[in-house]
Amino acid sequence: MNSPVLSMQSMSKSFGGVPALVEASLEVQAAEVMALVGQNGAGKSTMIKILNGAYVRDSGTITFAGAPWTAGSPQQAQRSGISTIFQEINLIGYRSVAENIFLGREPRRGFGLLDWKKMNAEAAALLARFEVRVDVREPLENFSTAIQQMVAIARAVSFEAKLVIMDEPTSSLDEAEVAVLLRTILQLKTEGVAVVFVSHKLDELYQVCDRVTIMRDGRTVAVSKMSDMSKLQLVASMLGRDLAEVKKKGATAFEGNSGSIGGELLVADNIAIGHRVQDASIKIRKGEIVGLAGLLGSGRTEMARAIFAADRKSKGTIRFNSSNGDFTSPIESIAAGMGYCSEDRKAQGIVPGMSVAENLTLALMPALTRSGMLDEAKQQKVVERFIKDIGIKCAGPDQKIRELSGGNQQKVLLARWLCMNPKLLILDEPTRGIDVGAKAEIQSLIRKLANEGLGVLMISSELEEIVEGADRVFVLREGRTVSELDHDSITEAEVMHAMAQGNESAGIATKGDVARV
Amino acid sequence: MFDRAVFSQRYGVAIAAVLLILFNLAFTPNFATSQTVAVNLSQICTIVIVGVGMTLVIATGGIDLSVGSLMAIAGALSPMFFTGELLPMPNLFVAIAVGIVVPILVAGIFGLFNGWLITSFKIQPIIATLVLFIAGRGIAQVSTNGDLQVFKVPEFQAIAIGRVLGVPFQVWIMLVIVAITAFVLHRTVFGKQVLAVGGNEEAARLSGIPVRRIKLLVYMICGACSGVAGLIVIAMNSAADANLIGLGMELDAIAAVVVGGTLLSGGRATIVGTLLGALVIQLVRYTLLANGVPDPAALVVKAGLIVLAVWLQRQEQA
Repeated sequence: MNSPVLSMQSMSKSFGGVPALVEASLEVQAAEVMALVGQNGAGKSTMIKILNGAYVRDSGTITFAGAPWTAGSPQQAQRSGISTIFQEINLIGYRSVAENIFLGREPRRGFGLLDWKKMNAEAAALLARFEVRVDVREPLENFSTAIQQMVAIARAVSFEAKLVIMDEPTSSLDEAEVAVLLRTILQLKTEGVAVVFVSHKLDELYQVCDRVTIMRDGRTVAVSKMSDMSKLQLVASMLGRDLAEVKKKGATAFEGNSGSIGGELLVADNIAIGHRVQDASIKIRKGEIVGLAGLLGSGRTEMARAIFAADRKSKGTIRFNSSNGDFTSPIESIAAGMGYCSEDRKAQGIVPGMSVAENLTLALMPALTRSGMLDEAKQQKVVERFIKDIGIKCAGPDQKIRELSGGNQQKVLLARWLCMNPKLLILDEPTRGIDVGAKAEIQSLIRKLANEGLGVLMISSELEEIVEGADRVFVLREGRTVSELDHDSITEAEVMHAMAQGNESAGIATKGDVARV
Repeated sequence: MFDRAVFSQRYGVAIAAVLLILFNLAFTPNFATSQTVAVNLSQICTIVIVGVGMTLVIATGGIDLSVGSLMAIAGALSPMFFTGELLPMPNLFVAIAVGIVVPILVAGIFGLFNGWLITSFKIQPIIATLVLFIAGRGIAQVSTNGDLQVFKVPEFQAIAIGRVLGVPFQVWIMLVIVAITAFVLHRTVFGKQVLAVGGNEEAARLSGIPVRRIKLLVYMICGACSGVAGLIVIAMNSAADANLIGLGMELDAIAAVVVGGTLLSGGRATIVGTLLGALVIQLVRYTLLANGVPDPAALVVKAGLIVLAVWLQRQEQA
């Protein structure tokens, strides 16, 4: 075997004492496409950022093109042959395609004048290698995201890149555009360039990648030939599950049986939202915890936000509580009896500078008035009741919410909806980033509320939370509901199977699609 | 737990005001006369009244550059009504009432226009309000043909220079506006929602707060406050000059808000702080002038105060 183009060994990095990488490794050969997969926080981006100079490693060795490597900055990495293409394209939309490709090293003609003719001709020739034929004099922003990404790749290649890293390049592309991009990756490969491809879409990985490196909790947990690993094995390894031992074991606090499940509460049919969700349908009954599972990018959060009317859906109908549920704003969905705790507590949940009491009653406040004035006695009563009932640990109702721990912030946000007496609560990753104790309390609270008749839609990336917590599970895969599991059929193996392959036949995935691309 | 940064942020401006008053009592001759007090308070009236509206706008995370131009519009419109030049009026008091109410309404509607640009087209507030910053003064000038309108209507001018209990009437107007707005901001649901929108707009939206309506309202209130200030300016001058009314007011008002301790990024605001902020800026200038420092040098000190206030805000956020 040749020596690899890139070899990263024993990479460690921590941020403020929290390890992000622990002895992680990554190796890529020339003319090889390496898939790099892992859940959020697995360490993929940290690896990439160390490689291109955005972060400095704590320890570990990097060899690139046969020599020890330390990048001082992304610009230096690019000049040395490592190009990174991010999800958001970092080019200049208002300048022409050719200018973007040659940004910073434009061909000149003396007297500091640009040689436009040469620049345009070379840019067109470069793009032609990827079968992209566009007018290179037009501003970049006139083209689709896929073409813009192709321009970024062409720019990378024009630096004579030996290694191209693509960080979730397909997440905002439609199917046709994805096909073009995958073709480009194969073109790079035939030119001898090594590619690291980060994506959560398994089909794409199987179409273009030769090998896969799987990361979990900052470690490299598996490196394998793509053809030797089934989708199910890949997902199991990513989530840290041993396929042979996948079974129910009580690790969460959703104890107690589900109570009596009532009539239908919400029916969402054939929902589509941009490219992210194409055809998803779910049902929630009263008193039921419905789990929404899927890999990152499968459209779970988009679905939740569309049901709550935080975002507009492009297609589909929703019935809520036996009447029209196609709401146009959160104001309407809240009035109808919905509540939504978003995945990102800090950006979309808490108002950091406000007190626990103000945060807790943010939605309820209009009902706590006496002739327009806030009835503070009434507010105090509600707040104190919830602090006591669900055990919010704080110095008092007037403490600023930003001073609370993550778990207690989350309890305040739950209470924000519970004090409204909702019929449906939508919880996006309700226990992410929360300590074990508070996590168990929140889980048993959710179960208790469901038993009292509340409908719950719960998104979670933790398999055991879905398997043990939910009465029914819908699995999304690339924006489609691919599986509906009920009671006893909810097992980790089943859920993972659906996340990985949807309703296709089980077994080793084929690489048959490559030829067609 | 004592947090120095939070403490200086919260009470810094009040302490500065007290220190300045003590200093002047000790060193500045004739400081403790009703004349001096009246002069200093009259100087800050219009800044504070505009600053109150500006505080609400900044509390939502916005900014309003058009306040000076809206003052000019209100100031230019008013004499046309109370002099009876535009429409015949049954008597002087009706004419004055119309001359007060209509310009304030008009300024409020222009404020609403700012809010509409910002909420409907998602234009950054600094750009959206730049539209009326430029066009507003033009509108005022066109409506008066660029002429200076001189008048002598003591019944109208009482709003600025009349006295109640020895205090100029405009000071009373200022105090009432400060008191009402401070109450609204801290005791009503609307006030809490204003702060929530500035503190985390997305969280506010997802909690069912009518973000759009809140923003429309604060820009409208800011416009109406500017209208009031415009009327006080012409009443003091006994003349309306569309070229000069409220010139540079946007910056004085923002300075008062910032020195007063309202967060420029939104989410925390204090109306009383804005009053004190304007007072401190004025007292510093007065102290320097009264002690023989030339006015240009006083401007540098004013700038220094703003830097200090922003630095204090940073301390707390860090």
